[in-house]
Formats: sequence, C-alpha cells, structure tokens
Amino acid sequence: MDFALTSEQEMIRATAETFLADASPSAAVRRAMETEIGFDADVWNQVGKEFGWCAIAIPETFGGLGLTIIEQAILMEQMGRRLFCSPYFATACLAVPALLEVGTAAAREGHLPSIAAGEITATLAFGERGLDWDIDAVTATATPVAGGYSISGHFQHVPDGASAQLLLLPARIVGRDQVSLFAIPAATQGITTQPSMTIDATRRIAEVRLCELHAGENAIVSMPGNIGNGLARTSALAAIALAAEQLGAAQQCLDMTLAYIAERRQFGRPISSFQAVKHRCAEAMVRIEAARSAVLGAACAVAASPTTSTLMLESACAKTMASDCLFHCAVEAVQLHGGVGFTWEYDPHLYLKRAQASGQWLGNCDSLRERVAAILLDR
Amino acid sequence: MELGFSTEDEAFRNEVACWMAEHLRGDFECLRHRGGPGDEDAYPAERKAWEQTLAAGGWTCVGWPTDHGGRGLSLARQIIFHEEYARAGGPGRMGHIGEGLIGPTILAFGTDEQKSRFLPGIVQGTEFWCQGYSEPNAGSDLANVQTKAHRDPGSGEWIINGQKVWTSLAHESEWIFVLARCEAGSVGNRGLVFLLVPLDQPGIEIRPIRQLTGTAEFNEVFFDGARTAPSNIIGQPGEGWSIAMALLGFERGVSTLGQQMHFYREFDLVCQVARDNGADRNPMFRARLAHAWMGLKVMRYNALRMLSGPQDGSLQRPAMIYKYYWSNWHRDLGKLAMDVLGVDGDIVVNDPVRTRLQQLFLFSRADTIYAGTNEIQLNIIAERALGMPREPRPSLG
Ligand SMILES: Cc1cc2nc3c(=O)[nH]c(=O)nc-3n(C[C@H](O)[C@H](O)[C@H](O)COP(=O)(O)OP(=O)(O)OC[C@H]3O[C@@H](n4cnc5c(N)ncnc54)[C@H](O)[C@@H]3O)c2cc1C
Repeated sequence: MDFALTSEQEMIRATAETFLADASPSAAVRRAMETEIGFDADVWNQVGKEFGWCAIAIPETFGGLGLTIIEQAILMEQMGRRLFCSPYFATACLAVPALLEVGTAAAREGHLPSIAAGEITATLAFGERGLDWDIDAVTATATPVAGGYSISGHFQHVPDGASAQLLLLPARIVGRDQVSLFAIPAATQGITTQPSMTIDATRRIAEVRLCELHAGENAIVSMPGNIGNGLARTSALAAIALAAEQLGAAQQCLDMTLAYIAERRQFGRPISSFQAVKHRCAEAMVRIEAARSAVLGAACAVAASPTTSTLMLESACAKTMASDCLFHCAVEAVQLHGGVGFTWEYDPHLYLKRAQASGQWLGNCDSLRERVAAILLDR
Repeated sequence: MELGFSTEDEAFRNEVACWMAEHLRGDFECLRHRGGPGDEDAYPAERKAWEQTLAAGGWTCVGWPTDHGGRGLSLARQIIFHEEYARAGGPGRMGHIGEGLIGPTILAFGTDEQKSRFLPGIVQGTEFWCQGYSEPNAGSDLANVQTKAHRDPGSGEWIINGQKVWTSLAHESEWIFVLARCEAGSVGNRGLVFLLVPLDQPGIEIRPIRQLTGTAEFNEVFFDGARTAPSNIIGQPGEGWSIAMALLGFERGVSTLGQQMHFYREFDLVCQVARDNGADRNPMFRARLAHAWMGLKVMRYNALRMLSGPQDGSLQRPAMIYKYYWSNWHRDLGKLAMDVLGVDGDIVVNDPVRTRLQQLFLFSRADTIYAGTNEIQLNIIAERALGMPREPRPSLG
C-alpha cells in the first residue's frame, strides 16, 4: 500500500531528471526536430548503451535489468518533461512488451538482448492505420511460399518506423484464419519506409510498405493463437508509459508558465499576482496531481497484478487522465504566455502539438472512456 | 511501492466486517447508509445509540493511543476499518467532530486534566461536539471573527458574547469549541482564544437554519453572557488562531478512504438507475459514467499517495488537491445522477435510491463551500504549493 518511491526508483528519477535537463533543453529538442531521424544519435547511444534505459523492463535472462513498468513510467515522465526526442518509446515501450507478451522463446532470445544492450532500435506497427490494436483491422497479408512467406501490406503511423532497425509487423496468413507478428530487419528487400510530415515534429512517424517481401519461417515471432490478447496487452502497457510521458510534459507546461508569469509584469505588477491567473495555475496543478495519482496507481497496480482486466481498466484511466491533463495544461501555457505563446520561438507550441498527437495514440479519450463504460455497464 | 495488505491485515478486515454484520441490524437496521453530510437529520437518537454500541465494541477512535481509550491501530488497519465500516453501510458518525477534530486537538495541545475530562466522552459516544468557527462576517475570512470572550474577574470564568453561524449539529451537541476574540481592540488572527463551551446553559440560544435541502443540519448559535470554566481553554489566550488552524489539519486523513466507499456506493446507484432506465445505452451517459469512475480511481490512488508520504503534518501535493478534487467530483456526480434520472429526478417518491440521489444532487452543492470554498482552495494551492504571490489579507496581519 506504500506509494512512496523506493530509493532505487528515486535514484532512477533523479538521474534521468539531471541528465535530460542537460541533454534535452529546448535548443537540443529543436536541433533534433530538424534532423532526418528525429533524434541525436550520440545522446541515444549514451542512454541506450551507458545507462541501459532500454533494458529497464526486460527480464534479466535476456540481458535486461528486470525492473517493472513503474521504473519505466518514472523514466518516461522525465522524458516527457523535456520532450526528449528519441526512439525510446518505440523500442522500449512498444517493441519490448510486444516481444514479451506474444514472442516465442526463440524470438525473445533472438531480439531482446540486443535491444537491452542499446545496440538496436525497434518498433511495432498495429495495423494499417493509427496506433491502436484491433486484430480485425490487420490488412497486411503473408502468403505461404517455399521457405517462408511473401508479405505485402501498408502500415501508417509507425513510430520511428523509418529509423528503427527492427520492425514488428502483424500480417494475416493467407489460407489460414490467423494473424501473426513478423520481425523484419529494416534492411530487408521489399520494405520501403517513408517518414511522414508531422505537426508534432518532436516525434518521427513513418509509413511502411511491404511489397512481396520474402520472410523466412523464423521471421514469425508470435506464438500461435495469443496475438489478439497479447497485442491488446502490449497496447495497454504502452499506454501507461505514454501517460507517464504526458504527465511529465504537463508538469513542464505548468513549470514554464509559472516561471514566465512571475517575470512578466502588466498593470504595474507580475501577472502571476492576478487571482484569475493564480486560479488557472492551481487548477492545472490539481489536474496534474490527479493524473499523477492515476499514472502511479496504474503502474503500481499493474506491477502487482498484471491481469488483463486490471491492465485494461488501469491503462484506460491513466491514459485518459494524462491525455486530458496534458492538453489542458498545454493550452493554458499558450494562453498565459500571451502573444509570445503564439510564437515559434517559445516552447508552449511544442507541448501543444505533442499533446494533440499523443492524445490520439493507443486509444483517444473517448474510446478509452467507452472501454471503461463497457466493462462497468455491459456485464 | 506495494499495493495490498498483509494476511493479518486481511484477517482484521474480516473481523471488522463480521462485527458490523452482527451489530448493524435489529434496531439499527434503519441506519444503513444513512446520516452523514446531507442526511444529518436522519435518526439522530438511534445514531447516538449506535455510537455507544460502536464504543462498546471498541470501534470508536480506532487510531488513538490505547491509554486514551483508542485502539492504537496502524495506518493500514485504520484504513481497513473505515473501508469496512462504509462497505457495511455504517451510518454517518454523529461523533465525527469529536473524534476527528477536537479529540486530536486535545490530544495534541490539551492538558492532562482536559484529556481526562473530555476524551472519554468522545470515545464512549456520550458527548457530542460542534464547531464554532464561522460568523456572519467571518466566513472565508475566518480571522475576522468578532465573538468576544473575557474573564470574570471574580471566578476567572470565560464570558462569551457574539454569534456563530452555519454550526452543523449544534442542536444535537453537548459542547461547542469556539474561536473568539479575547484581546479588546485586536484585529485579525491576533488576540484570539480557543474555548470549549457547554451548550446547555441560559446564555446560549441555538436556532436552526433551513438549508436548500429543506432540512436543517446547521444552526445559528447566539452567545449572550455564556460561560465556561477557566480551565476550558486550549493553549493560551492569544494562541487561538494557531490552535484553530492545527485543528483543521486533522480534517484530512485516513477517514477519506471511508468517504470514498460512500462515493463508490453512490456511483453504483447511479449506474443501477442508468441500467434500469436505459440511460446506459446513451453514449453521452456512458462517457460521463466512465469519467466519474476514473475520478474514483484517482481519489483512491491520491489518498494512498497521501498516506505514503511523510506523516509529519507537512502538506504534500496530493493532500493539497484532495479537498478541491473530491468536492468537485462529488458535485459533478450529483448532477450526473439527476441527469440520468431525467424527468423523474424532479419527482419526489418513496424510493430510497431516488431519494438518495436527489439528496446527493442538492447537498453536494455544499461540498465546495464548507471546509474552504473552491476559490479559497485554489488560493491556497496557488500560494502554498506553487509559491505565487499572496492575496491581500488585511485580517492576517
Ligand atoms: C453545509 C455546511 C456546513 C457548515 N458547517 C460549519 C460548521 O459546523 N462550523 C463552522 O464554523 N462553519 C460551518 N460552515 C461554514 C463554512 O465554513 C463557510 O460557509 C465557508 O467558510 C464560507 O464562508 P461564507 O459562507 O461566509 O462565504 P464567503 O466567505 O462570503 O464567500 C462567498 C463567495 O466568495 C468567495 N470568496 C471569498 N473570499 C474570497 C477570496 N479571497 N478570493 C476569491 N473568492 C473569495 C467564496 O469562495 C464564495 O464563493 C458550514 C457551511 C456549510 C455550507
């Protein structure tokens, strides 16, 4: 029943906070936004290889640190604060749980150690459109051929899809009523990736096309039969991580606003002294702390009891609270900065764009509320 | 970071549940889920008798030290007790102002003599208390209290003149604690005294005030030469404000988890009505019900964060948002309940579920007024948690 961070968790938090304040200030985020891959490869090498951030939620048998979603959420919160541009979410929050939830023993042994070591980045696509799992929406097909499969299909909205070295892609096996997850190295013949132009430039999204790509038998990484539930769980786990990131971003919206309004004077006094402004900041803090309770609670509950029903409810709650909270705090940040809040130069717009984009991932608030309603009302 | 309780704790949970099942029946059957804010005028006599039954079972003041009649329960077990009490439908506690507010204040600041005089009556459910803070001109600006207290030069007794208002349950109480001005000419939070005053005396008149609920749970209390013994002062003359503020600090705490059990039940009732009348098929209602449920989750986790933080009396962030969050959530639930009832919401019939939800709608309007209005809560959050400039406060010197 203890929600206080352990000393190890506190150390992870403090290290990430200090490092990211230095490695991902606004100027670094803006530099990364201009690059093709969307992140600074040197910094990524440091967090992946030196700090082992990708190893956090990977079991020790696969070269990981064997920690939980709690530690992952702690890291994601700090990354969100700084809008840290990196393939961490795609690699550690999508690909890793996908391999752990649906992967065969060989697939885990084959891929997790190099991810844990920070040697490769990876990503996961769910279907043709959007970032949410629905097995019926899988349109890619894999036709059995000699020595494996010939896969064709189109995947949009794949996080870091153009830079990831390993892509996990679901496809429908032709002639069998079955969807399987394939692990395809980016260099494979027959795959083309095209980065999408995005409004939220702090994160890279790509379209991935497979055109009669030949994959060997061992490219299938999922165990037969469990992909439906397994990727639903993956999506829910990733949603908790994304909620933590949104929480951190929301906190930063408030913090930068407080700093600005304490300096800016109108009518002969700091604008932070107007009660209308104070109340809006207080309201933002209420929503942030509420989202923090939801995210921390979800992570603790899932770490303690990772049943699918717990996961589905907890992740829906955390993601909805955090998405709504971040959007609220981001628009408040723009508004309370006044004219400069509408400029490219000041940071609020970066958070506003992240808020809107991430709010559509892994279930938007409306669909997550409906998920909860169905569980509560349709028994 | 762990969720959950030990097996011994779970055995204790069972003990509480069994005790409640055994005792909350017969004459007390009618008290299930009754009383508490919004329903304080329900069965006052039976609820006082219930307090004594609880006391006989050792279930009052469960967190107090055993040498003062408490049960000395750990935090985890206090939570379990409050949860099981609420789950069983235990009635709103008539003794909550004694047990939750003045008792802890006497434990912290009272003399040994005061402890032995007042704590047993609270523990045994024989003496009930009310809170005499607000006045017609001292609401949010509490430091502006004008009720006067001076000492009888002969007997040393305190003599009180003035008026309190909105005093909940004064008409059912034996004692009132009063924040009054003891230094002539003083202003604001200086020169105040914190007194314990018996209500049954000629110098005190209690007049009920009818609320928008139609019932009367709170009162005006007039003091016209009312008296209390020289020993019935907490702290020293002039220290009234700091005692009064410390008392408010005891308002938060483990009982919030019991309060949440009531919220869960109210939420379930709303869902039940929605299933019965088909509102559960309406996507708007589905979204609002899901949203309300998420609020319940947030409150539970927020309370667990509060209880996991340092228990040194310092106001942590989850504690700072708590009052504002639950009161607004509850008010929204009241509106949702009435919307789900639809046109039936306006029709008064003898149906316990509908009545409960109608009361919820009406009474929850008070949640964002008492114990610090919404606006005062936001001021406090902005100033204390976010360090923003303070409002002008002439009365806080
Ligand atoms: C059901 C109920 C039970 C109660 N029980 C008790 C009791 O047992 N004992 C007791 O002592 N009191 C009790 N109260 C009184 C309660 O504490 C006061 O009503 C409350 O403190 C508000 O004071 P007020 O009513 O004078 O409103 P006011 O202070 O006049 O406030 C009116 C409005 O102005 C706003 N306002 C005031 N100051 C500011 C500011 N600085 N900035 C922004 N907005 C401001 C308020 O938020 C509110 O919206 C009870 C009240 C209710 C409703």
